[in-house]
Amino acid sequence: MKPILQVQGLAKRFGAITAVKDVNFDVYPGECVVLAGDNGAGKSTVIKMISGVHLPSEGKIIFDGQDITNSPPETVRNVGIETIYQDLSLADNLDPGLNLYLGREKMKRVFGLPVLDRKAMQADAVEVLKGLGIKVPDPGARVREMSGGQRQSIAIARAIHWEAKLVIMDEPTAALGVPEQREVMALIDRLKQRGVGIILISHNLPDIFAAADRIFVLARGVIGGERRPSETTDEEIVRLMMGATIDT
Amino acid sequence: MSDINNNGFSFVKTLLNAWSWLFLALILAFFEIYAQVETGSTFIFRAYNIQSVAVAASQILLLSLGLTLVVVAGHIDLSIAFTTGLAAVAMALTVRLLGDANGWVVFAVAISVGMLAAVVVGLVNGWLVAYLDVPSFIGTLGTYGIARGVALIVAGGATVSIRSEEVRAFGNGDILGIPVPVVMALVLAGACHYLLTYTKFGIYTYALGANRASVERAGVDVKRHLIKLFVLSALTAGIGGLVYTGRFSAGAANAGEPILLYAVAAVFIGGASLTGGQGTIIGTVIGAIIIAVIQFGLVFSGLPPYWQFVAVGLVIVVAVLVDQSRDKFLGGAK
Ligand SMILES: Nc1ncnc2c1ncn2[C@@H]1O[C@H](COP(=O)(O)OP(=O)(O)OP(=O)(O)O)[C@@H](O)[C@H]1O
Ligand SMILES: [Mg+2]
Repeated sequence: MKPILQVQGLAKRFGAITAVKDVNFDVYPGECVVLAGDNGAGKSTVIKMISGVHLPSEGKIIFDGQDITNSPPETVRNVGIETIYQDLSLADNLDPGLNLYLGREKMKRVFGLPVLDRKAMQADAVEVLKGLGIKVPDPGARVREMSGGQRQSIAIARAIHWEAKLVIMDEPTAALGVPEQREVMALIDRLKQRGVGIILISHNLPDIFAAADRIFVLARGVIGGERRPSETTDEEIVRLMMGATIDT
Repeated sequence: MSDINNNGFSFVKTLLNAWSWLFLALILAFFEIYAQVETGSTFIFRAYNIQSVAVAASQILLLSLGLTLVVVAGHIDLSIAFTTGLAAVAMALTVRLLGDANGWVVFAVAISVGMLAAVVVGLVNGWLVAYLDVPSFIGTLGTYGIARGVALIVAGGATVSIRSEEVRAFGNGDILGIPVPVVMALVLAGACHYLLTYTKFGIYTYALGANRASVERAGVDVKRHLIKLFVLSALTAGIGGLVYTGRFSAGAANAGEPILLYAVAAVFIGGASLTGGQGTIIGTVIGAIIIAVIQFGLVFSGLPPYWQFVAVGLVIVVAVLVDQSRDKFLGGAK
Protein backbone atom coordinates (compact mmCIF):
# COMPACT_ATOMS: atom_id res chain seq x y z
CA MET A 1 0.00 0.00 0.00
CA LYS A 2 1.13 3.55 -0.75
CA PRO A 3 0.91 6.36 1.80
CA ILE A 4 -1.97 8.80 1.30
CA LEU A 5 0.13 11.66 2.64
CA GLN A 6 3.88 12.27 2.63
CA VAL A 7 5.48 15.20 4.42
CA GLN A 8 9.10 15.79 3.47
CA GLY A 9 11.55 18.16 5.12
CA LEU A 10 8.85 20.61 6.16
CA ALA A 11 9.99 23.82 7.89
CA LYS A 12 8.25 27.02 8.93
CA ARG A 13 9.85 30.28 9.99
CA PHE A 14 7.89 33.22 11.35
CA GLY A 15 10.36 36.05 10.81
CA ALA A 16 13.37 35.14 12.90
CA ILE A 17 11.55 32.37 14.80
CA THR A 18 11.84 28.85 13.48
CA ALA A 19 8.58 27.21 14.58
CA VAL A 20 9.29 23.79 13.04
CA LYS A 21 12.05 22.31 10.92
CA ASP A 22 12.88 19.12 9.04
CA VAL A 23 9.54 17.43 9.73
CA ASN A 24 9.17 14.10 7.92
CA PHE A 25 6.29 11.66 8.28
CA ASP A 26 3.65 9.83 6.27
CA VAL A 27 0.12 8.53 6.75
CA TYR A 28 -1.37 5.39 5.20
CA PRO A 29 -5.06 4.89 4.36
CA GLY A 30 -6.96 3.68 7.42
CA GLU A 31 -4.10 4.64 9.70
CA CYS A 32 -4.18 7.03 12.64
CA VAL A 33 -0.97 8.96 13.08
CA VAL A 34 -0.69 10.94 16.28
CA LEU A 35 1.36 14.12 16.39
CA ALA A 36 2.20 14.44 20.06
CA GLY A 37 3.99 17.32 21.71
CA ASP A 38 3.92 19.87 24.48
CA ASN A 39 2.43 23.37 24.18
CA GLY A 40 4.27 25.37 21.56
CA ALA A 41 6.02 22.32 20.11
CA GLY A 42 4.78 23.22 16.63
CA LYS A 43 1.91 20.76 16.15
CA SER A 44 -0.62 23.32 14.92
CA THR A 45 1.99 24.89 12.67
CA VAL A 46 2.58 21.54 10.94
CA ILE A 47 -1.10 20.88 10.27
CA LYS A 48 -1.73 24.45 9.15
CA MET A 49 0.92 23.95 6.48
CA ILE A 50 -0.78 20.75 5.35
CA SER A 51 -4.24 22.33 5.25
CA GLY A 52 -2.95 25.31 3.28
CA VAL A 53 -3.33 27.98 5.97
CA HIS A 54 0.44 28.55 6.25
CA LEU A 55 2.90 28.45 3.37
CA PRO A 56 5.84 26.20 4.24
CA SER A 57 9.25 27.88 4.30
CA GLU A 58 10.83 24.64 3.13
CA GLY A 59 9.78 21.13 2.22
CA LYS A 60 7.14 19.27 0.29
CA ILE A 61 3.63 17.93 0.95
CA ILE A 62 2.47 15.12 -1.31
CA PHE A 63 -1.12 13.90 -1.13
CA ASP A 64 -2.28 10.91 -3.12
CA GLY A 65 0.74 11.24 -5.41
CA GLN A 66 0.01 14.94 -6.04
CA ASP A 67 2.19 17.84 -4.89
CA ILE A 68 -0.05 20.16 -2.85
CA THR A 69 2.74 22.11 -1.14
CA ASN A 70 1.56 25.60 -2.06
CA SER A 71 -2.18 24.98 -2.45
CA PRO A 72 -4.73 27.27 -0.80
CA PRO A 73 -7.17 25.82 1.80
CA GLU A 74 -10.05 25.41 -0.69
CA THR A 75 -7.92 23.32 -3.03
CA VAL A 76 -6.63 21.19 -0.16
CA ARG A 77 -10.19 20.52 0.99
CA ASN A 78 -11.34 19.74 -2.54
CA VAL A 79 -8.65 17.10 -3.08
CA GLY A 80 -9.85 15.33 0.08
CA ILE A 81 -8.14 16.67 3.20
CA GLU A 82 -10.58 17.82 5.87
CA THR A 83 -9.22 19.71 8.87
CA ILE A 84 -11.25 19.86 12.07
CA TYR A 85 -10.00 22.73 14.20
CA GLN A 86 -10.44 23.02 17.93
CA ASP A 87 -13.47 25.29 17.57
CA LEU A 88 -14.96 22.83 15.01
CA SER A 89 -15.96 25.74 12.73
CA LEU A 90 -19.63 24.92 13.24
CA ALA A 91 -22.42 27.47 13.04
CA ASP A 92 -24.14 26.80 16.37
CA ASN A 93 -27.39 28.44 15.38
CA LEU A 94 -28.00 26.19 12.37
CA ASP A 95 -29.17 22.58 12.19
CA PRO A 96 -26.86 19.64 11.43
CA GLY A 97 -27.97 19.51 7.79
CA LEU A 98 -27.02 23.11 7.08
CA ASN A 99 -23.72 22.64 8.87
CA LEU A 100 -23.02 19.55 6.78
CA TYR A 101 -23.63 21.49 3.57
CA LEU A 102 -22.41 24.98 4.54
CA GLY A 103 -20.92 26.47 1.38
CA ARG A 104 -22.35 23.77 -0.91
CA GLU A 105 -26.07 23.92 -0.06
CA LYS A 106 -28.69 21.85 -1.83
CA MET A 107 -31.31 24.01 -3.52
CA LYS A 108 -34.74 23.36 -4.99
CA ARG A 109 -37.30 25.47 -6.81
CA VAL A 110 -40.63 26.66 -5.46
CA PHE A 111 -42.76 28.58 -7.95
CA GLY A 112 -39.62 29.09 -9.99
CA LEU A 113 -37.73 30.68 -7.08
CA PRO A 114 -34.57 28.94 -5.87
CA VAL A 115 -34.88 28.04 -2.19
CA LEU A 116 -32.77 26.02 0.25
CA ASP A 117 -33.75 22.37 0.41
CA ARG A 118 -33.54 22.13 4.20
CA LYS A 119 -35.41 18.83 4.42
CA ALA A 120 -33.09 17.05 2.01
CA MET A 121 -30.01 18.37 3.80
CA GLN A 122 -31.44 17.33 7.18
CA ALA A 123 -32.19 13.86 5.87
CA ASP A 124 -28.63 13.50 4.58
CA ALA A 125 -27.24 14.62 7.93
CA VAL A 126 -29.38 12.06 9.78
CA GLU A 127 -28.12 9.39 7.39
CA VAL A 128 -24.43 10.21 7.76
CA LEU A 129 -24.73 10.54 11.54
CA LYS A 130 -26.51 7.19 11.70
CA GLY A 131 -23.48 5.68 10.00
CA LEU A 132 -21.40 7.11 12.83
CA GLY A 133 -23.69 5.64 15.48
CA ILE A 134 -25.37 8.95 16.37
CA LYS A 135 -29.17 9.14 16.50
CA VAL A 136 -30.79 12.49 15.78
CA PRO A 137 -34.31 12.72 17.26
CA ASP A 138 -34.91 16.24 15.95
CA PRO A 139 -33.04 16.93 12.69
CA GLY A 140 -34.22 20.55 12.77
CA ALA A 141 -32.67 21.29 16.17
CA ARG A 142 -29.74 23.64 16.30
CA VAL A 143 -26.25 22.31 16.76
CA ARG A 144 -25.98 24.48 19.89
CA GLU A 145 -28.40 22.18 21.69
CA MET A 146 -26.15 19.16 21.18
CA SER A 147 -23.39 17.78 23.38
CA GLY A 148 -19.72 18.39 22.69
CA GLY A 149 -19.19 14.87 21.39
CA GLN A 150 -22.15 15.12 19.06
CA ARG A 151 -20.94 18.44 17.74
CA GLN A 152 -17.61 16.79 17.06
CA SER A 153 -19.47 14.05 15.21
CA ILE A 154 -21.05 16.65 12.92
CA ALA A 155 -17.66 18.02 12.04
CA ILE A 156 -16.54 14.45 11.32
CA ALA A 157 -19.74 13.72 9.38
CA ARG A 158 -18.83 16.65 7.16
CA ALA A 159 -15.50 14.98 6.38
CA ILE A 160 -17.17 11.67 5.59
CA HIS A 161 -19.96 13.16 3.52
CA TRP A 162 -17.53 15.04 1.30
CA GLU A 163 -15.43 11.91 1.00
CA ALA A 164 -12.27 13.09 2.66
CA LYS A 165 -9.36 10.66 2.38
CA LEU A 166 -7.44 12.31 5.18
CA VAL A 167 -8.90 13.90 8.29
CA ILE A 168 -6.80 16.13 10.51
CA MET A 169 -8.04 16.72 14.06
CA ASP A 170 -6.51 19.32 16.35
CA GLU A 171 -7.02 18.22 19.97
CA PRO A 172 -10.59 17.01 19.41
CA THR A 173 -11.12 15.93 23.03
CA ALA A 174 -9.58 18.95 24.73
CA ALA A 175 -12.86 20.57 25.77
CA LEU A 176 -14.87 17.38 26.38
CA GLY A 177 -15.95 15.34 29.39
CA VAL A 178 -14.84 11.72 29.77
CA PRO A 179 -17.88 10.01 28.14
CA GLU A 180 -17.67 12.38 25.20
CA GLN A 181 -13.96 11.72 24.82
CA ARG A 182 -14.86 8.03 24.42
CA GLU A 183 -17.41 8.92 21.75
CA VAL A 184 -14.79 10.76 19.78
CA MET A 185 -12.37 7.86 20.09
CA ALA A 186 -15.10 5.57 18.73
CA LEU A 187 -15.62 7.99 15.83
CA ILE A 188 -11.93 7.84 15.01
CA ASP A 189 -12.18 4.04 14.89
CA ARG A 190 -15.09 4.26 12.45
CA LEU A 191 -13.15 6.61 10.21
CA LYS A 192 -10.24 4.17 10.19
CA GLN A 193 -12.55 1.30 9.24
CA ARG A 194 -13.65 3.36 6.24
CA GLY A 195 -10.06 3.57 5.09
CA VAL A 196 -9.68 7.25 5.97
CA GLY A 197 -6.23 8.35 7.05
CA ILE A 198 -6.12 10.41 10.26
CA ILE A 199 -3.70 12.85 11.79
CA LEU A 200 -4.60 13.36 15.41
CA ILE A 201 -2.98 16.10 17.44
CA SER A 202 -2.86 15.44 21.12
CA HIS A 203 -0.85 15.71 24.28
CA ASN A 204 -3.20 13.50 26.25
CA LEU A 205 -1.51 10.14 26.86
CA PRO A 206 -4.63 7.93 27.17
CA ASP A 207 -5.96 9.36 23.88
CA ILE A 208 -2.62 8.90 22.18
CA PHE A 209 -2.40 5.25 23.13
CA ALA A 210 -6.07 4.55 22.42
CA ALA A 211 -6.07 5.97 18.90
CA ALA A 212 -2.57 5.78 17.46
CA ASP A 213 -1.14 3.32 15.01
CA ARG A 214 2.05 5.36 15.02
CA ILE A 215 3.16 8.23 17.22
CA PHE A 216 5.40 11.07 16.08
CA VAL A 217 6.63 13.20 18.94
CA LEU A 218 7.39 16.86 18.27
CA ALA A 219 9.56 18.81 20.66
CA ARG A 220 10.65 22.40 20.04
CA GLY A 221 9.81 22.18 16.37
CA VAL A 222 11.58 18.92 15.50
CA ILE A 223 10.40 15.33 15.48
CA GLY A 224 12.18 13.64 18.36
CA GLY A 225 11.01 10.14 17.60
CA GLU A 226 8.58 7.76 15.91
CA ARG A 227 7.04 4.97 17.98
CA ARG A 228 4.34 2.32 17.77
CA PRO A 229 2.10 2.21 20.84
CA SER A 230 2.92 -1.46 21.41
CA GLU A 231 6.64 -0.72 21.49
CA THR A 232 6.68 2.23 23.84
CA THR A 233 5.53 3.42 27.24
CA ASP A 234 3.89 6.48 28.75
CA GLU A 235 7.19 7.45 30.31
CA GLU A 236 9.07 7.34 27.03
CA ILE A 237 6.49 9.47 25.21
CA VAL A 238 6.54 12.04 28.01
CA ARG A 239 10.31 12.08 27.93
CA LEU A 240 10.26 12.66 24.17
CA MET A 241 7.68 15.40 24.55
CA MET A 242 9.94 17.10 27.10
CA GLY A 243 12.62 17.20 24.44
CA ALA A 244 14.84 14.17 25.07
CA THR A 245 15.88 13.45 21.50
CA ILE A 246 18.32 10.62 22.08
CA ASP A 247 16.83 7.33 20.91
CA THR A 248 17.10 4.70 23.60
CA MET B 1 -25.72 4.90 20.39
CA SER B 2 -26.24 8.29 21.86
CA ASP B 3 -29.17 10.59 21.43
CA ILE B 4 -28.96 14.23 20.69
CA ASN B 5 -30.34 15.58 23.92
CA ASN B 6 -33.66 17.31 23.70
CA ASN B 7 -33.88 19.61 26.63
CA GLY B 8 -37.13 19.50 28.48
CA PHE B 9 -38.09 23.15 28.61
CA SER B 10 -40.07 23.02 25.39
CA PHE B 11 -43.06 24.90 26.85
CA VAL B 12 -40.97 27.74 28.26
CA LYS B 13 -39.01 27.71 25.03
CA THR B 14 -42.12 28.16 22.89
CA LEU B 15 -43.33 30.89 25.21
CA LEU B 16 -40.05 32.79 25.04
CA ASN B 17 -39.95 32.50 21.27
CA ALA B 18 -43.53 33.68 20.84
CA TRP B 19 -43.58 36.38 23.49
CA SER B 20 -43.71 39.22 20.96
CA TRP B 21 -46.91 37.81 19.43
CA LEU B 22 -48.42 37.45 22.90
CA PHE B 23 -47.31 40.94 23.79
CA LEU B 24 -48.90 42.36 20.63
CA ALA B 25 -52.17 40.55 21.43
CA LEU B 26 -51.99 41.90 24.97
CA ILE B 27 -51.58 45.56 24.07
CA LEU B 28 -54.25 45.29 21.37
CA ALA B 29 -56.62 43.82 23.95
CA PHE B 30 -55.66 46.56 26.39
CA PHE B 31 -56.44 49.40 23.99
CA GLU B 32 -59.61 47.67 22.82
CA ILE B 33 -60.93 47.32 26.36
CA TYR B 34 -59.91 50.89 27.11
CA ALA B 35 -61.78 52.14 24.02
CA GLN B 36 -64.88 50.06 24.84
CA VAL B 37 -64.99 51.23 28.46
CA GLU B 38 -64.05 54.88 27.97
CA THR B 39 -65.75 55.74 24.69
CA GLY B 40 -67.96 52.75 23.92
CA SER B 41 -66.27 52.39 20.53
CA THR B 42 -63.73 50.03 19.01
CA PHE B 43 -59.99 50.54 18.72
CA ILE B 44 -59.03 47.65 16.49
CA PHE B 45 -61.90 47.40 14.04
CA ARG B 46 -61.77 50.88 12.62
CA ALA B 47 -60.24 51.37 9.17
CA TYR B 48 -58.68 54.71 10.09
CA ASN B 49 -56.85 53.25 13.09
CA ILE B 50 -55.63 50.25 11.14
CA GLN B 51 -54.33 52.46 8.37
CA SER B 52 -52.60 54.86 10.75
CA VAL B 53 -50.86 52.02 12.58
CA ALA B 54 -49.91 50.37 9.29
CA VAL B 55 -48.35 53.55 7.87
CA ALA B 56 -46.43 54.24 11.08
CA ALA B 57 -45.23 50.64 11.23
CA SER B 58 -44.13 50.83 7.59
CA GLN B 59 -42.01 53.90 8.18
CA ILE B 60 -40.26 52.10 11.09
CA LEU B 61 -40.00 48.86 9.13
CA LEU B 62 -38.24 50.44 6.17
CA LEU B 63 -35.39 51.32 8.51
CA SER B 64 -35.37 48.04 10.40
CA LEU B 65 -35.57 45.50 7.54
CA GLY B 66 -32.00 45.89 6.33
CA LEU B 67 -30.89 46.46 9.90
CA THR B 68 -32.23 43.02 10.81
CA LEU B 69 -29.89 41.41 8.28
CA VAL B 70 -26.93 43.33 9.68
CA VAL B 71 -27.82 42.42 13.28
CA VAL B 72 -28.25 38.72 12.44
CA ALA B 73 -24.69 38.84 11.07
CA GLY B 74 -23.54 40.16 14.46
CA HIS B 75 -23.20 43.83 13.57
CA ILE B 76 -25.19 47.06 13.92
CA ASP B 77 -25.92 49.96 11.59
CA LEU B 78 -26.64 53.26 13.31
CA SER B 79 -26.10 55.33 10.18
CA ILE B 80 -29.54 54.36 8.84
CA ALA B 81 -31.08 57.33 10.67
CA PHE B 82 -29.31 59.78 8.38
CA THR B 83 -29.10 57.51 5.35
CA THR B 84 -32.86 57.98 5.32
CA GLY B 85 -32.45 61.74 5.58
CA LEU B 86 -29.74 61.87 2.94
CA ALA B 87 -31.84 59.88 0.46
CA ALA B 88 -34.89 62.05 1.18
CA VAL B 89 -32.91 65.25 0.60
CA ALA B 90 -31.17 63.88 -2.50
CA MET B 91 -34.51 62.94 -4.04
CA ALA B 92 -36.13 66.29 -3.23
CA LEU B 93 -33.16 68.30 -4.53
CA THR B 94 -33.15 66.33 -7.79
CA VAL B 95 -36.81 67.14 -8.37
CA ARG B 96 -36.20 70.77 -7.56
CA LEU B 97 -33.22 70.91 -9.92
CA LEU B 98 -34.90 69.22 -12.86
CA GLY B 99 -38.26 70.89 -12.43
CA ASP B 100 -41.54 69.04 -12.77
CA ALA B 101 -42.07 69.37 -16.53
CA ASN B 102 -41.36 65.73 -17.39
CA GLY B 103 -43.18 64.23 -14.41
CA TRP B 104 -42.37 60.53 -14.46
CA VAL B 105 -38.89 60.89 -15.95
CA VAL B 106 -37.89 63.33 -13.24
CA PHE B 107 -39.50 61.07 -10.66
CA ALA B 108 -37.49 58.07 -11.86
CA VAL B 109 -34.24 60.06 -11.91
CA ALA B 110 -34.95 61.45 -8.43
CA ILE B 111 -35.64 57.97 -7.03
CA SER B 112 -32.39 56.70 -8.57
CA VAL B 113 -30.36 59.57 -7.16
CA GLY B 114 -31.84 58.99 -3.70
CA MET B 115 -31.01 55.27 -3.82
CA LEU B 116 -27.53 56.00 -5.10
CA ALA B 117 -26.87 58.33 -2.16
CA ALA B 118 -27.96 55.53 0.19
CA VAL B 119 -25.79 52.92 -1.55
CA VAL B 120 -22.73 55.15 -1.12
CA VAL B 121 -23.29 55.24 2.65
CA GLY B 122 -23.72 51.44 2.66
CA LEU B 123 -20.51 50.91 0.70
CA VAL B 124 -18.56 53.11 3.09
CA ASN B 125 -20.00 51.24 6.10
CA GLY B 126 -19.19 47.88 4.58
CA TRP B 127 -15.69 48.94 3.64
CA LEU B 128 -15.00 50.25 7.16
CA VAL B 129 -16.26 47.10 8.83
CA ALA B 130 -15.06 44.46 6.37
CA TYR B 131 -11.71 45.79 5.20
CA LEU B 132 -10.58 48.11 7.98
CA ASP B 133 -11.97 45.96 10.82
CA VAL B 134 -13.65 48.96 12.42
CA PRO B 135 -16.29 47.78 14.93
CA SER B 136 -19.65 48.44 13.26
CA PHE B 137 -21.00 50.38 16.25
CA ILE B 138 -18.21 52.96 15.92
CA GLY B 139 -17.94 52.90 12.13
CA THR B 140 -21.62 53.48 11.52
CA LEU B 141 -21.74 56.10 14.25
CA GLY B 142 -19.11 57.90 12.18
CA THR B 143 -21.12 57.63 8.96
CA TYR B 144 -24.23 58.65 10.95
CA GLY B 145 -22.50 61.95 11.60
CA ILE B 146 -21.14 62.29 8.07
CA ALA B 147 -24.47 61.50 6.38
CA ARG B 148 -26.20 63.95 8.71
CA GLY B 149 -23.71 66.71 7.95
CA VAL B 150 -23.77 66.13 4.19
CA ALA B 151 -27.57 66.06 4.11
CA LEU B 152 -27.76 69.31 6.06
CA ILE B 153 -25.10 70.97 3.91
CA VAL B 154 -26.66 70.07 0.55
CA ALA B 155 -30.11 70.99 1.84
CA GLY B 156 -28.76 74.31 3.11
CA GLY B 157 -29.87 73.36 6.62
CA ALA B 158 -33.52 73.60 5.61
CA THR B 159 -36.34 71.31 4.56
CA VAL B 160 -36.43 70.96 0.76
CA SER B 161 -40.08 71.21 -0.22
CA ILE B 162 -41.11 70.32 -3.76
CA ARG B 163 -44.17 70.35 -5.93
CA SER B 164 -44.55 67.17 -7.93
CA GLU B 165 -47.74 65.27 -8.60
CA GLU B 166 -45.83 62.01 -9.10
CA VAL B 167 -43.90 62.32 -5.85
CA ARG B 168 -47.08 63.15 -3.99
CA ALA B 169 -48.87 60.15 -5.48
CA PHE B 170 -45.92 57.93 -4.54
CA GLY B 171 -46.23 58.87 -0.88
CA ASN B 172 -49.97 59.24 -0.54
CA GLY B 173 -51.56 57.06 -3.19
CA ASP B 174 -52.81 53.56 -2.70
CA ILE B 175 -52.75 50.24 -4.50
CA LEU B 176 -56.00 48.28 -4.12
CA GLY B 177 -56.82 50.47 -1.15
CA ILE B 178 -53.49 49.85 0.59
CA PRO B 179 -51.32 52.97 1.05
CA VAL B 180 -48.18 52.91 -1.13
CA PRO B 181 -45.76 53.13 1.86
CA VAL B 182 -47.40 50.04 3.34
CA VAL B 183 -47.17 48.20 0.02
CA MET B 184 -43.49 49.14 -0.26
CA ALA B 185 -42.77 47.92 3.27
CA LEU B 186 -44.65 44.66 2.67
CA VAL B 187 -42.89 43.93 -0.62
CA LEU B 188 -39.48 44.68 0.87
CA ALA B 189 -40.28 42.62 3.97
CA GLY B 190 -41.21 39.71 1.69
CA ALA B 191 -37.96 40.09 -0.25
CA CYS B 192 -35.85 40.28 2.90
CA HIS B 193 -37.65 37.31 4.42
CA TYR B 194 -36.96 35.27 1.30
CA LEU B 195 -33.33 36.34 1.35
CA LEU B 196 -32.79 35.52 5.01
CA THR B 197 -34.71 32.25 5.23
CA TYR B 198 -34.59 30.57 1.84
CA THR B 199 -31.24 31.45 0.27
CA LYS B 200 -27.56 30.69 0.75
CA PHE B 201 -27.07 34.37 1.40
CA GLY B 202 -29.35 34.12 4.44
CA ILE B 203 -27.68 31.01 5.79
CA TYR B 204 -24.24 32.61 5.53
CA THR B 205 -25.64 35.63 7.36
CA TYR B 206 -26.81 33.48 10.28
CA ALA B 207 -23.60 31.45 10.28
CA LEU B 208 -21.54 34.65 10.23
CA GLY B 209 -23.39 35.86 13.31
CA ALA B 210 -22.65 32.63 15.15
CA ASN B 211 -19.10 31.85 14.09
CA ARG B 212 -17.13 33.67 11.44
CA ALA B 213 -14.75 30.71 11.07
CA SER B 214 -17.62 28.48 9.94
CA VAL B 215 -18.36 30.72 6.96
CA GLU B 216 -14.72 31.26 6.07
CA ARG B 217 -14.17 27.53 6.14
CA ALA B 218 -17.13 27.13 3.77
CA GLY B 219 -15.24 29.21 1.22
CA VAL B 220 -17.50 32.26 1.45
CA ASP B 221 -15.91 35.66 0.86
CA VAL B 222 -16.87 37.16 4.23
CA LYS B 223 -15.71 40.67 3.37
CA ARG B 224 -17.91 40.87 0.28
CA HIS B 225 -20.78 39.41 2.24
CA LEU B 226 -20.45 42.14 4.88
CA ILE B 227 -20.41 44.84 2.21
CA LYS B 228 -23.58 43.43 0.67
CA LEU B 229 -25.28 43.43 4.09
CA PHE B 230 -24.46 47.06 4.79
CA VAL B 231 -25.53 48.09 1.29
CA LEU B 232 -28.88 46.31 1.79
CA SER B 233 -29.31 48.04 5.13
CA ALA B 234 -28.60 51.43 3.53
CA LEU B 235 -30.93 50.62 0.65
CA THR B 236 -33.99 49.85 2.78
CA ALA B 237 -33.29 52.91 4.93
CA GLY B 238 -32.88 54.96 1.76
CA ILE B 239 -36.22 53.74 0.46
CA GLY B 240 -37.62 54.88 3.80
CA GLY B 241 -36.32 58.34 2.90
CA LEU B 242 -37.93 58.26 -0.54
CA VAL B 243 -41.25 57.33 1.06
CA TYR B 244 -40.83 60.22 3.51
CA THR B 245 -40.26 62.69 0.68
CA GLY B 246 -43.33 61.26 -1.03
CA ARG B 247 -45.53 61.54 2.04
CA PHE B 248 -44.60 65.12 2.89
CA SER B 249 -43.58 66.46 -0.55
CA ALA B 250 -40.37 67.52 1.13
CA GLY B 251 -36.96 66.09 1.95
CA ALA B 252 -35.45 66.70 5.37
CA ALA B 253 -32.03 65.70 6.71
CA ASN B 254 -33.60 64.49 9.95
CA ALA B 255 -36.29 62.40 8.23
CA GLY B 256 -35.10 59.18 9.88
CA GLU B 257 -33.60 60.48 13.10
CA PRO B 258 -36.74 60.33 15.29
CA ILE B 259 -37.37 56.70 14.32
CA LEU B 260 -33.85 55.30 14.73
CA LEU B 261 -34.63 54.21 18.27
CA TYR B 262 -37.86 52.58 17.12
CA ALA B 263 -36.17 50.82 14.22
CA VAL B 264 -33.48 49.37 16.47
CA ALA B 265 -36.12 48.44 19.06
CA ALA B 266 -38.26 46.65 16.46
CA VAL B 267 -35.32 44.41 15.52
CA PHE B 268 -34.58 43.41 19.12
CA ILE B 269 -38.23 43.06 20.15
CA GLY B 270 -38.52 40.79 17.12
CA GLY B 271 -36.07 38.31 18.60
CA ALA B 272 -32.66 39.42 17.35
CA SER B 273 -29.74 39.44 19.73
CA LEU B 274 -26.83 41.86 20.07
CA THR B 275 -24.44 38.93 19.91
CA GLY B 276 -25.73 38.02 16.42
CA GLY B 277 -26.87 34.78 14.86
CA GLN B 278 -30.51 35.34 15.78
CA GLY B 279 -33.52 37.23 14.51
CA THR B 280 -36.13 37.00 11.77
CA ILE B 281 -37.90 39.38 9.42
CA ILE B 282 -41.30 38.23 10.70
CA GLY B 283 -40.14 39.04 14.22
CA THR B 284 -39.04 42.50 13.14
CA VAL B 285 -42.41 43.09 11.43
CA ILE B 286 -44.17 42.20 14.70
CA GLY B 287 -41.75 44.46 16.57
CA ALA B 288 -42.54 47.39 14.28
CA ILE B 289 -46.29 46.79 14.65
CA ILE B 290 -45.99 46.66 18.45
CA ILE B 291 -44.23 50.03 18.51
CA ALA B 292 -46.72 51.58 16.07
CA VAL B 293 -49.64 50.30 18.17
CA ILE B 294 -48.11 51.76 21.32
CA GLN B 295 -47.47 55.10 19.61
CA PHE B 296 -50.93 55.37 18.12
CA GLY B 297 -52.72 53.78 21.05
CA LEU B 298 -51.31 56.29 23.53
CA VAL B 299 -52.32 59.19 21.33
CA PHE B 300 -55.72 57.57 20.83
CA SER B 301 -56.27 57.22 24.56
CA GLY B 302 -55.45 60.89 25.07
CA LEU B 303 -52.28 60.50 27.14
CA PRO B 304 -49.56 63.09 26.58
CA PRO B 305 -47.52 61.85 23.57
CA TYR B 306 -44.31 61.76 25.64
CA TRP B 307 -45.55 58.59 27.25
CA GLN B 308 -44.67 56.74 24.07
CA PHE B 309 -40.96 57.15 24.82
CA VAL B 310 -41.45 55.62 28.26
CA ALA B 311 -43.57 52.78 26.88
CA VAL B 312 -41.22 51.91 24.01
CA GLY B 313 -38.26 52.10 26.41
CA LEU B 314 -39.99 49.61 28.71
CA VAL B 315 -40.66 47.23 25.83
CA ILE B 316 -36.99 47.35 24.85
CA VAL B 317 -35.97 46.42 28.40
CA VAL B 318 -38.43 43.52 28.37
CA ALA B 319 -37.06 42.39 25.01
CA VAL B 320 -33.52 42.29 26.37
CA LEU B 321 -34.63 40.38 29.47
CA VAL B 322 -36.44 37.84 27.31
CA ASP B 323 -33.36 37.48 25.12
CA GLN B 324 -31.22 36.73 28.15
CA SER B 325 -33.56 34.17 29.69
CA ARG B 326 -33.89 32.57 26.26
CA ASP B 327 -30.13 32.11 26.20
CA LYS B 328 -30.38 30.37 29.54
CA PHE B 329 -33.09 28.00 28.38
CA LEU B 330 -31.89 27.38 24.85
CA GLY B 331 -28.18 27.54 25.52
CA GLY B 332 -27.97 23.77 25.86
CA ALA B 333 -24.60 22.09 26.30
CA LYS B 334 -21.77 24.10 24.88
N1 LIG C 1 1.57 33.10 13.30
C1 LIG C 1 2.66 32.97 14.09
N2 LIG C 1 3.57 33.95 14.18
C2 LIG C 1 4.66 33.83 14.97
N3 LIG C 1 4.93 32.75 15.70
C3 LIG C 1 4.07 31.73 15.65
C4 LIG C 1 2.88 31.78 14.85
N4 LIG C 1 2.19 30.62 15.00
C5 LIG C 1 2.92 29.88 15.86
N5 LIG C 1 4.04 30.53 16.25
C6 LIG C 1 5.06 30.02 17.17
O1 LIG C 1 5.45 28.75 16.72
C7 LIG C 1 5.63 27.86 17.81
C8 LIG C 1 4.77 26.63 17.62
O2 LIG C 1 3.39 26.98 17.78
P1 LIG C 1 2.18 25.97 17.56
O3 LIG C 1 0.93 26.73 17.67
O4 LIG C 1 2.42 25.22 16.30
O5 LIG C 1 2.36 24.99 18.80
P2 LIG C 1 1.40 23.78 19.25
O6 LIG C 1 2.26 22.59 19.33
O7 LIG C 1 0.22 23.69 18.39
O8 LIG C 1 1.00 24.22 20.73
P3 LIG C 1 -0.37 24.03 21.54
O9 LIG C 1 -0.33 22.70 22.17
O10 LIG C 1 -0.31 25.12 22.56
O11 LIG C 1 -1.52 24.22 20.58
C9 LIG C 1 5.30 28.64 19.06
O12 LIG C 1 6.52 29.10 19.63
C10 LIG C 1 4.51 29.80 18.56
O13 LIG C 1 4.70 30.92 19.36
MG1 LIG D 1 -2.00 23.98 18.77
